This record gives sequence, structure tokens and C-alpha cells, in this order.
Amino acid sequence: MKFLSEYRDPELVKEYVEELHRITTKPWTLMEICGGQTHSLVKNGILDMLPDKITMVHGPGCPVCVTSVSVIDEAVYLAEQPNVILCSFGDMLRVPGSKKSLLEAKAEGADIRILYSPLEAVELAKQNPGKEVVFFAVGFETTAPANALSVVQAAHQKVNNYSILASHVLVPPAMEAILSDKQNTIDAFLAAGHVCTIMGMEEYYPVAEKYQIPIVVTGFEPVDLLQGIVMAVRQLEKGEYKVENQYARSVQREGNRMAQETIHKVFEVSDRVWRGIGSIPQSGYEVNDAYRNYNARLKFTIDIPFAEENKDCISGDIMKGLKKPKQCPNFGTRCKPEHPLGAPMVSSEGACAAYYQYSSNTIEENIPF
Amino acid sequence: MPLITNTAQILLKKTFLSDEKNIPLSEKSSFQLSCPMPKFDFDVITMGHGSGGLLTHRLLQSGVFDVLKNELLDQQHDGASFELTGRTAFSADSYVISPIFFPGGNIGELAVNGTVNDLSMCGAAPKYLSLSFIIEEGFTMEAFWQVLTGVKAAVQKSGVMIVTGDTKVVEKGKGDQIFINTSGIGIIHPKAQIHHNRISAGDQIILSGNLAQHGIAIMSKRQGLEFETDIVSDTNNLNHTIQLLIDALGENVKFLRDPTRGGLASVLNELAEMRKLGFVIDQQLIPMNDQVEGACEMLGLDPLYVANEGLFVAIVAKEVAAKAIEILQKDENGINARIIGEVTETHPGKVMMKSRIGGHRVVGYLTGEQLPRIC
Repeated sequence: MKFLSEYRDPELVKEYVEELHRITTKPWTLMEICGGQTHSLVKNGILDMLPDKITMVHGPGCPVCVTSVSVIDEAVYLAEQPNVILCSFGDMLRVPGSKKSLLEAKAEGADIRILYSPLEAVELAKQNPGKEVVFFAVGFETTAPANALSVVQAAHQKVNNYSILASHVLVPPAMEAILSDKQNTIDAFLAAGHVCTIMGMEEYYPVAEKYQIPIVVTGFEPVDLLQGIVMAVRQLEKGEYKVENQYARSVQREGNRMAQETIHKVFEVSDRVWRGIGSIPQSGYEVNDAYRNYNARLKFTIDIPFAEENKDCISGDIMKGLKKPKQCPNFGTRCKPEHPLGAPMVSSEGACAAYYQYSSNTIEENIPF
Repeated sequence: MPLITNTAQILLKKTFLSDEKNIPLSEKSSFQLSCPMPKFDFDVITMGHGSGGLLTHRLLQSGVFDVLKNELLDQQHDGASFELTGRTAFSADSYVISPIFFPGGNIGELAVNGTVNDLSMCGAAPKYLSLSFIIEEGFTMEAFWQVLTGVKAAVQKSGVMIVTGDTKVVEKGKGDQIFINTSGIGIIHPKAQIHHNRISAGDQIILSGNLAQHGIAIMSKRQGLEFETDIVSDTNNLNHTIQLLIDALGENVKFLRDPTRGGLASVLNELAEMRKLGFVIDQQLIPMNDQVEGACEMLGLDPLYVANEGLFVAIVAKEVAAKAIEILQKDENGINARIIGEVTETHPGKVMMKSRIGGHRVVGYLTGEQLPRIC
């Protein structure tokens, strides 16, 4: 487990926690962008180790959580068309649409397949020439290159019965949306390590400058997260606002050029509705004109009404960092992973699900071992 | 107890691992050792094989009955008649897995071991099993024979008898190749007192081996997920191991459960809820194979919820825990056995885990199916 176990070393964790306690003099609010980071913070019990003055709020970086109800409805609609095989990443299946989730559509007989890679969907299209195969292309900049590559490959191999339903979202516009909110309280960001592995760090310098906020590109293991928090707090205590890279073993300043080229070949930047937050201009990817034959929205006539979000879910406030999951009146009562009111309770990376699964009010009791 | 030779077992395992589906069985030398497939005048199973008529008769006569031969099955009656003495355990389970052939075994072995192990967890020595097939029309005889050979290998190794059964065929599309149901009867060990009511604070939680092997072995062969690994399923019979443990420790073995579907987390949560006690485990102490751990990381699966087959959790009195580990580590099923935690008065109704880095978290129930993550 090289490159993993070192970053789970209890001694190193202890050192960083002590360092953090030593350097923190004022209250600071930090937002980790990525749901994977939220998951790791809660799963490893890191939140309980932080100084009281440090507040972590959980950002919008869970693709499952920010995909709007209308897009889920589009996917359900496509899955229910005769002759369509809808392929999706696993954790999109449970997200409630306005009427049903993909999992419910599957139970009713829709042909929905869980895949790990969109390239498998292209293979599936080749094996089923009489069917239309649609890949539900969800995710941040992280999954965009593979989704784009599937389109490039389908075009190259003349696989005409393949298309994607793109619902890609971009991190920097969401950060700006959060920072421009009047109620914003965020003092520093831990940027998402894997998004930056693809996109690099260039986009973050103007954001740090404009809003005078430290941004530390951070990984996902306990030592990564604590080191990232220490780096951000050091800047805050000194009054600095730089872009720093904690996750240097994966992230280079310019990112992965080849992946970026693939993205730009297939996608164009577009406006996107974020669940709970609303429409953010220029915050997503849509299939561009050159590849329009692979855009499921153009290939099929998707005739469904625009769906409103469930008003009982405060996911918007949670993803903007204005509220903690446990401050929601429905948390753990009307809203649980087995019957979620909103997406943050669905995905394992959703802030609500992470809190529900892993945190306990009894944690401070005496524990053996 | 008829034991299949080690060589034959290894060769059988190898055959199950083989991807060479197109090679005729006659050329797979390993099968010659234990179970050559007889000549049938049909290559695939059709609706007729479940009709109760001539085809059913042929299939059973030259197939099932021959392979699983024993004096009770040989009676070929509607049911088996036998004497039983002592407290008896009775259990049933259905097997609907995909893929049916996986590294380390097949659905046939699984169906026998599953019921053998469920009986073992009651403290019983399994004796007699029923075996029922629901076969999808078009299933090949070659594949059926492999499954049957898996059944035979598991039956021989665990020392149980298949004494009754049933075969049904459903139309194409109304099943998924083959489903198996087994039920079984076993005689409870005179010293066994296995019941969750007997668990109390201070008891130690023992895991008999590496976590999550079976689920990951299956995942590694699922359609679209094939990744290169040497991970094999841990499917195995646990009956001999459990008998050894109870022989030595008697009533100090308070509870046994095999963490199959739902994994370790589900077993501990059920117990925590029923007993209103805390179950505190230490992540650092849970035995895991590096490859399995890596695969879980890659697939975004939590090993605590992944299925196991030849694995069990034992809750034992604190004073015998070290002895239990000593006994287990000498057994084929317990080489990696560890004490992974203890039962506490604190956190009633909850399962807590100390993380590797020293933090604590709640381990909840699995909600629905564990679904692979996006990124």
C-alpha cells in the first residue's frame, strides 16, 4: 500500500495535530471542496482532533450531490425509452429525481447498467448495435477526460449508437459563487486534489488574489488533510493568501495537458444548474458542436417539465458551508440514507451521509484500546 | 469421512479458475481425477429437463445421483429418512450470485459451504443437506457439470451428505444461468451454548481471517470490472474449525456468525442493537490482504461491508480469547485470526471503530447495495 500507508501514519498525524494546536490563535473557518475530503475527515475521526477554533465546512465537491433534479429526471426519461441502455456510475442510481431514482426505474424494468468507465459503455454499444447506449456523464473536471475520451473513441470507431448525457460541473466557478455570497464565512479553501491533478493550479491564482483567500491544493488521506489544514492556517495566521500545493505527489502546476486537450476537444463550457445552489454561469461542460451526434440531449427529444428541488432539503446551505448537516431539522429523522430527501444524504461523499454514517454524539465517551 | 486428495483439490480449483471456456472438458485433465463428465446426448439444459419426464430422469440418473452418491440419496424417494439424536439445528439459504464461476470456487461449492457454515455457526456439526437447482433454459451441461463438481468437492471436504433435492428449469430470461437452494440439518455440539443473549461487556471480538476476500474476488470478475489480481474467494467449510473451538472452549464461545452478505459491519450492528451493548473494533487489528485493501480503495468500497464466505466472527469470554486465537491459528481457516475488538457497556447499540490514526467513528448499517463511487 505504498503511497497510502505513509499517509495514514498515526505518529505523523499526531505531529500535525500538535502543530495545528500550537499555531492556531484565532478562530478560522476552512472549507474542503471535495466530497472525498469530507468523507475522509469524518471517516477517520479527524474533525474531533482539530482545535476548537478551527471549523471545517463541507464544500460542493460531490458530483452526486450537485446534480440537479432535472438532470436526474432526464436520465430516468432516457432509461425508460425502449431500446435504450443507460449506463451510469454506481452512486448516481439512488439519487431521487422529481418522481423516481434510476434505481427505481431499474426495478421497474429500465435497462440501467452500473459501469466504472465510460469506455466500457462504448464497448457495450458495439456489442449491442440494435440498441442506443447512453452514458450518464456526471462529475467534476476529474471524470471529464474519460467521458470525453469515450466520445472521441466512439467517433473514431464509428460507433453511432453511443451518446452521453453530460452534466459536468466545474470547481472554480462554484468557489466564486460561494465567495460572492453575502453570508459567506469561509477564510480558506482546501482545493480538491484530484480535480487539480487534471486541471492544474493556474485557475486558482486569480481567485486567491481577487478574494484574498488562501487556497491549498490538498489530498485525501489523513496526513494530507492535516498537512493541508496546517498550511492554510499558517497562511491565515500570517495574513497571507497564496495558492499552495500540499498534494505535490499528484498535482503539477500545469495539470495533465493531455487530459485537458481531450476535454477541450469534446466539451464546451456552459451554464449549469447546481442542486441547492441554482444556476451558476459558465460552471459546466456540455458536448460541443463538433460532437453533437454524441450528445444525448440532441439525439433524443427529452420532453419533461423542469423540476423544482425538494424544499425540505437544505442542501444549498450545506454545500455553501452556511449550515452543518446536523443543523437540518430533517437530518436523521425524515431524511436518512434509506429515504433521502436530497442528494447529500445519498452519496457516500455527501456531507449529510458522511455525518450520518460516521459521526456520533457519544464519541467523547471513554473508548477502550 | 471421505477426503478428496490435496492434489485433486488444487487441480479442481485451477479448473474453476480457468477462463478457457471453449476447451472441451475431456481435455481438462484435472476433471479426469475426480469427476469425468459422462456422455450426454444433449449439450444444453432445456425446459424438458425440469419436466419430470424422461429428460429429467436421464439428467439425474447419469448426472446428479452419480456424482453425489450416498446410501440415503440412493433411495431416490420423495424425501430422505434417517435417525437423528440430540439437539438439532436446521438452516436454509439460496445462492443467486453472478458470476457463477469466480477465482477460488463456484456457485456449487458456495451453496454447500454456505449452509454448512450457517449450521456450524449454531454450534452444530452439519449432517444432511438438500440441494435444489433452478436452471435457466440454455445453461450448458458443461457448466452444470462444473457446478456439480463444485458441490461434490465441498460435500466431501465438509463430510456432509446431500440426501434430497429438486431440479426445475425456467424459460430463458426468467433466471440467471443457475440458482441453487440448499438447506441442512446438523447436530448441536453438547457443549455449545451459542446465543446472543450470552454476550456481555468485556467479551472479545475475534475475526477468523482476512476480511473482504470473497466479495472482492467476485467483483474482480464482474462484467466490465475485470482487473488483474490473485485474490481468490475464501469460500470454505468452517464446520471442523468450529467443532475444534467448541471442544476446547465450550460455553465460553458465546456467539458465532459468518459475515456473508452485509459484511462484518452488519453482523456487529445486529448484535449491538439486540444486546444494547457497544461493539468497539480497532481498524489496525483487522486482518486484511494488501491486494484486497488496494482493490477496495480503487473501487471505493468499504471492506467492512464486503461479503465474506469462509470467515467467521466469534464473541468469546475474555479469559479464553488468547486460547481461541492459539487454536484458530493452527487451523486452515484461522491462520490470520485476530482479536479485533471488545464488547463494552459504553456506546450501547452502536458499533464504533478506532481508525488507524486514532480517531473514532460510528460504523453503521449498510444502506441498500454498496454502490461504486464516481471518483
